[in-house]
Amino acid sequence: MTEQLDAGLVARRIAGSDQVGEPRDPAEGREVGRARRRREDARLITGRTRWTDNIQLPGMLHVAFLRSPMAHARLTRVDVSAALAMPGVVAAFSGRDFAGEQGSLPCAWPVSEDVVIPDHPPMAVDRVRYVGEAVACVVATDRYRAADALEAIEADYEPLEAVLDMTEALSDGAPAVHEAGNQAFTWRFSGGDADAAFHDAPVVLDRTYVQQRLIPTAMEPRAVVAVPEGEGFTLYSATQIPHILRVMLALTTGIPEHLLRVVAPDVGGGFGSKLQVTAEEVLGLLLARRLGRPVKWTESRSEGNLTAHHGRDQIQRISVAAERDGRIRGVRVDLLADMGAYLMLVTPGVPLLGAFMYSGVYKMDAYDFTCTGVFTTKVPTDAYRGAGRPEATFAIERAVDELAAELGLDPVEVRRRNWISREEFPYTTVAGLTYDSGDYEAATERALALFGYDELRAEQADRRERRDPVQLGIGVSTYTEMCGLAPSRVLGSLSYGAGGWEHAAVRLLPTGKVEVVTGTSPHGQGHETSWSQITADALGVPFEDVSVLHGDTAVSPRGMDTYGSRSLVVGGVAVLAACEKVKEKAKRLAAHLLEAADDDVEFADGTFRVRGTDQGRTIQELALAAFAAHDLPDGFEPRLDADATFDPENFSFPHGTHLCAVEADTETGRVAIRSYVAVDDVGRVVNPLIVEGQVRGGIAQGIGQALFEEAVHDTGGNLLTTTMADYLIPSAADLPDFVTDRTETPATSNPLGVKGVGEAGTIAATPAVVNAVVDALRPHGVRDVPMPCTPERVWRALARSRANDGGTR
Amino acid sequence: MPEVTVTVDGVAYEEEVEPRLLLVHLLRDRLGRTGTPIGCDTGNCGSCTVLLDGRSAKSCSVLAVQADGSDVVTVEGLASGGDLHPMQRAFHEEHALQCGYCTPGMIMAAIDLLRDDPDPSEEAVRRGLEGNLCRCTGYCTIVRAVRRGARAMSGGRDAGPGGEAGGEAAGGPAGGEAAGEPAGEGVAAP
Ligand code: FES
Ligand code: FES
Repeated sequence: MTEQLDAGLVARRIAGSDQVGEPRDPAEGREVGRARRRREDARLITGRTRWTDNIQLPGMLHVAFLRSPMAHARLTRVDVSAALAMPGVVAAFSGRDFAGEQGSLPCAWPVSEDVVIPDHPPMAVDRVRYVGEAVACVVATDRYRAADALEAIEADYEPLEAVLDMTEALSDGAPAVHEAGNQAFTWRFSGGDADAAFHDAPVVLDRTYVQQRLIPTAMEPRAVVAVPEGEGFTLYSATQIPHILRVMLALTTGIPEHLLRVVAPDVGGGFGSKLQVTAEEVLGLLLARRLGRPVKWTESRSEGNLTAHHGRDQIQRISVAAERDGRIRGVRVDLLADMGAYLMLVTPGVPLLGAFMYSGVYKMDAYDFTCTGVFTTKVPTDAYRGAGRPEATFAIERAVDELAAELGLDPVEVRRRNWISREEFPYTTVAGLTYDSGDYEAATERALALFGYDELRAEQADRRERRDPVQLGIGVSTYTEMCGLAPSRVLGSLSYGAGGWEHAAVRLLPTGKVEVVTGTSPHGQGHETSWSQITADALGVPFEDVSVLHGDTAVSPRGMDTYGSRSLVVGGVAVLAACEKVKEKAKRLAAHLLEAADDDVEFADGTFRVRGTDQGRTIQELALAAFAAHDLPDGFEPRLDADATFDPENFSFPHGTHLCAVEADTETGRVAIRSYVAVDDVGRVVNPLIVEGQVRGGIAQGIGQALFEEAVHDTGGNLLTTTMADYLIPSAADLPDFVTDRTETPATSNPLGVKGVGEAGTIAATPAVVNAVVDALRPHGVRDVPMPCTPERVWRALARSRANDGGTR
Repeated sequence: MPEVTVTVDGVAYEEEVEPRLLLVHLLRDRLGRTGTPIGCDTGNCGSCTVLLDGRSAKSCSVLAVQADGSDVVTVEGLASGGDLHPMQRAFHEEHALQCGYCTPGMIMAAIDLLRDDPDPSEEAVRRGLEGNLCRCTGYCTIVRAVRRGARAMSGGRDAGPGGEAGGEAAGGPAGGEAAGEPAGEGVAAP
């Protein structure tokens, strides 16, 4: 049979396999821009992973939660005594047992003056507000026994009326989710004079789009291990945000921050779902404290679908005023955003992240935005890949396609007439953002060519002519987004509770190897590879000599973590900044050792040389000299290392053109994607392999929203899509291959010229697909199909428009 | 409690188990073989796929007692010595993983798929892996990796488990490298 695996050897062979190919080019930039295969892969393809659920510790106990079966009820009694008698059970608690210490789960984004932030106990005490809310817990010797004992807990409820529909929730006499009512906040924003723009406008389009509720569905379920250690605690969690989590847990539980270590080991995807401070994390810590033993909780998929935050869930009313030639005068948006039952970490901020993006890539005179956050008795919503920007992009890109149809113009042409042209950058939009760079013409031209746009339009005309029962639809999406979260000052002005900087430290070790410490917390993004590439170029050291440390507050004490396509744009740039500082130090040491003036020393390919001579010291020699400390300049500390933070002055604005062709069967409603082309401009690219991976994965999720995914509740507020058999994320068989390409206009807001790529695909794809579906059905009078565009929905849209007199050809 | 005898990645185990214990929990919680992860509780995601007597099985849908007398190979048992299985290597080379959570199951399912169809078309790979979900990659590179692994396993240049003898020379395999990137990053032993 197989021999046991020598992990070190595998890792060396993997590394070995990726460094050959080209001889090292001493010129600058030999690593950045190269499609280097990932160093992370070695452990992931061999199963030598460190998922949180893998952790086994002596004396470790397992936690299971009893969860409310009611969407809205008074919790009148919880009795855990029978559970305590079950085999293997060590402890059982109700919310009341922790009432004094469990605090309230934090919301870090109080968006407005009128925001209502209700108390949110990790375990419900006397009221439940969504199905799945924890009401009691059992701690037992293994996971099976913990689950068994839940059945012995008695909980009594007095049902209250569920609140499921946002419009009804805001109507008079609606049952109140919270004492203060069902309105969480209102937020308004405007640029230019919308009244003037809409007054006498030759064309005004009013549309309503529904962003259905989505379940983020990272493949790794959430898991938490809390360990009493020394005077304090170590919390392992499948989280995107170990640093933010540490601060928030300290504030919530009162455990002093310096006695709390948070570790994000290998994390199996997040997409926003692990950008949270969860009830289970807080209670895990409190249980470990109370019992003095390590405790573990791992959710099942069904439990996760019920209780981990959901995404999107907005009703968007968008109005566009335009001239007859298609030029847009102004846009008005009125948004209802479902918060669910409570405000979690950034719940109310999600729609704000879209508020500035409804003007998209277009110039216009006026823009007006109103958003109302609404409480319902469903699991809270919060960040899901794109967070606010997919919603905004969907609405404007759908509306522009509708405008084109209304005017009988080609949707690409309408975009051309409105977009910011390449000569106009930097351009300050009607929403007040300054887009620093971009070239919409180039990305669009490239996409049209790869797609074969004209040929497909010709085929479409032919099939329309023939009344082919299977119609061809073409969808266009020329998106941009704001990412790289974020300038701390801007976040402050939006009432966000923290900054948007990122931290890095770079250390030369005595043997010349390099440790990079980053405050970003990767969970699939390949930072270990990309940050090594940046460092290798900056310091002139081999890629293999760099290691990247992250995801543990004891190792990486400062950071703002990974979300909002920020890691490279903020964190990668911080790594570069720390390298530059190290080089400054090294230069001073080199000048001292070479008996030259600092200014006479220059750096190239890892060596500091006295200008015009062959006298030099390599950075590795300098690292050893600093360590030995035998001959240092006065006041020079014996180490070559540096810390740096980067706080960008502006967001970054990736953009691109995505084109989708679908075949829609007008008899069955079945839609199949025939081809998909994405040309993205994410600025300068550090690793093309990783960038393309992010784009493709993002597109798949965007298609998921367009065609497959929806969290569905029954009239009692029970989630019906608790399993992966009910909540359908796309499988390989559901998707085509995607054609991807890039154009490149470097960002001017950071020295790497990078823009971020984590969310772009998701933001772009959803409107491209739905525009294609509607385009296919337009000859039948269909002007919209609600998402997800399942065969049933498509069929109903056709039936409806046939009933309305066969449509308006 | 029933006793089961299983061989996992070449090591024989005798364990007393509750009749309800899932094979995946036996592997993970009892035997410490945590390379095989769990992604769902309904047999839909495929993360937990292993080879059970040579055929792929979702180890969350098999009781430990049902595996009595069986030979189980997990992703941890594929590489031998320092040499990756060609399918593992292909996943790395094609960037067929991001977070890597679905990867063990994908690799095991792919190996099984090739038993029935040693040279699958793109279509066949997509259909064959329908029961293995990935949320990160959009599948394009997974499909390429499976086809690349298939070529390697059927005696292509990267032949056989082991595959240490040179791998693909610079100049690269068909369809492998990312568009527009130099094809020079072949695989070679150090
Ligand atoms: S964990 Fe076995 S199929 Fe999902
Ligand atoms: S790589 Fe993350 S789920 Fe497949």
